[in-house]
Amino acid sequence: MMRMLGFAALGLALIFLLGPFLIIAGAGFSSGDLLVFPPQGFSLRWYGAVFEIERFRESFVLSMQLAVGSTVLALLLGVPAAYAMARYQVPGGEWIRTIVTAPVIVPAIIAGLALLRYTVIPLGLPVMAALVLGHTALVAPYAVRVVTVSLTHLRPDVEEAAVLLGATRTGAFFKVVLPNIRNGMMAAFILGFITSFNQVPVSLFLTGPGVTTLPIDMLAAMEFVYDPSIAALSTLLALMSVSIVLIAERVLGLSRYV
Amino acid sequence: MSDPEYLALRNITIAYGKTVAVNDVSISVPQGELLALLGPSGCGKTTLMRAIAGLLPLTTGSIALNKRDITRVPANKREVGLVFQSYALFPHLSVFENVAFGLRLRKISGDQLQQRVDGAIAMVGLQGFERRLPKELSGGQQQRVALARSVVVRPSLLLLDEPLSNLDARLRLEMRSELHRLHRDLGVTMIYVTHDQTEALALADRIVVMRDGCVAQSGTPEDLYERPTSGFVARFMGFENILSVTPEGLAGEPGRLDAATSSVRDARALAWRPQNVVLGQGPFSGRVVGASYQGETTEYLIDSAAGMLKAQSPVVSQRFAPGDAINFDLPFDRAVKLAES
Ligand SMILES: Nc1ncnc2c1ncn2[C@@H]1O[C@H](COP(=O)(O)OP(=O)(O)O)[C@@H](O)[C@H]1O
Ligand SMILES: [Mg+2]
Repeated sequence: MMRMLGFAALGLALIFLLGPFLIIAGAGFSSGDLLVFPPQGFSLRWYGAVFEIERFRESFVLSMQLAVGSTVLALLLGVPAAYAMARYQVPGGEWIRTIVTAPVIVPAIIAGLALLRYTVIPLGLPVMAALVLGHTALVAPYAVRVVTVSLTHLRPDVEEAAVLLGATRTGAFFKVVLPNIRNGMMAAFILGFITSFNQVPVSLFLTGPGVTTLPIDMLAAMEFVYDPSIAALSTLLALMSVSIVLIAERVLGLSRYV
Repeated sequence: MSDPEYLALRNITIAYGKTVAVNDVSISVPQGELLALLGPSGCGKTTLMRAIAGLLPLTTGSIALNKRDITRVPANKREVGLVFQSYALFPHLSVFENVAFGLRLRKISGDQLQQRVDGAIAMVGLQGFERRLPKELSGGQQQRVALARSVVVRPSLLLLDEPLSNLDARLRLEMRSELHRLHRDLGVTMIYVTHDQTEALALADRIVVMRDGCVAQSGTPEDLYERPTSGFVARFMGFENILSVTPEGLAGEPGRLDAATSSVRDARALAWRPQNVVLGQGPFSGRVVGASYQGETTEYLIDSAAGMLKAQSPVVSQRFAPGDAINFDLPFDRAVKLAES
């Protein structure tokens, strides 16, 4: 009986999780001109068409640049921060840990609004700088968390051993710590990249005229484009995220870090 | 002639906040000596080693190595090697690269690097394992890599912090004799930290016993084994029966001391090893409360007016069972005199 209930619940969960995706993916295969489900006929024309749309190509490139740039920045900030908290008694370390993980708790839309109202507008930041700032702040907590996990697998005495063999503290960090948290950093990069690339709420406040990310652009396009190209694009992006995560899981064991 | 004060620790105190882990310790180590630092867990051994290596600052005191004051020399410039209890190998580097690490930092390369690494790896018997990663080695093999990595840079002083404590008993014996050989072959001055007195006795030229951050006693293995001066060291060295001496005589057995020579009267306590308690005869009486068979010998627990005593006798001699009343003797010529119990 419990077994049956369990299977029923699992089935329901799968329908809720995968259902929308299957509907969107299906709608993209339509041969008609309208975004409807079930699709009218079957063709790959919309999956081909998305590559022809100029505005999506531009915002795709921007989203890529933004995701790579802000994730690299987040790692440059997050790795030293995670290292300092793991190895030294940082004054107020518990507070910093809480603040650093806060964006996981604070709704991104509030963070985006606050960033716009109290940083971007007062400082008159250009749109791209505002986006990089917002996304870096968004991604940095992931970097700190993931790198912290991989640092706990490296005993501090390994660095001390390097120092006693003649390395400086800095030398030991580059020769011993970095190589051993490399997988963690790559995992953080992938998580950060996907988080930034798919991010809507923060970007919503920070995008401006002519500078917009792909998800925001798609949101805008949906108001006047009724053909299945959006469905096809959404499906391709979802597949991209899923394959990156699957490959990362195989190569890095991504799930160990999250 | 070797320098008798090659390593000089002078009045070293080390505190973690309010906890004093090492309290006014002074030790001199002659060049080439293998000194064992012996003491129970928590007595400050690791703290002292880390301070000598430069990983921890002294609160007060000074360290001189080979006539040079190194108190403020940073750890990477001290030429002091430390073999960690956990081995602390570099997980991402092969055995070869682990051993080569210190040499590469010294800008040694090419044939010379190859030769010295090969030599060190051969010395610890790990030929053929050069390309393995640490996680592909057993505990004993990791220990050998840690040793090779430390000695290949020819440190002025080699510290080993409980290096065998993570190995099983058989491997411990094997590594113990390898360490002995290594010390003899290299002639490097070594401090060997352990909480195991048999290890200290077997390996060391000299032993320093620590208790609660202080030096309790130091001397040759014979000195400590035959002539401990305090109850603490005596217990460590296997004198498990320690009886206080009062002006009336032996505690709980007044008058019995008359039988002894007057020379024991100035002691505060007397101690006997279990195997020196004579069972089945003698002026003392008690009751057997426990007997445990240990192969060659049987160990008895005896309740007497002098307290609970532990005795050990060969299995071939007379046997006793729990509950038996028993006479026994504590021969004064086998007792050590202790200045404190
Ligand atoms: N990092 C530390 N912070 C505070 N107290 C410590 C620290 N390391 C060790 N201690 C304390 O110092 C004392 C000596 O510890 P340690 O040197 O590790 O002893 P041992 O190596 O002989 O077991 C112990 O009481 C221990 O609790
Ligand atoms: Mg210790």
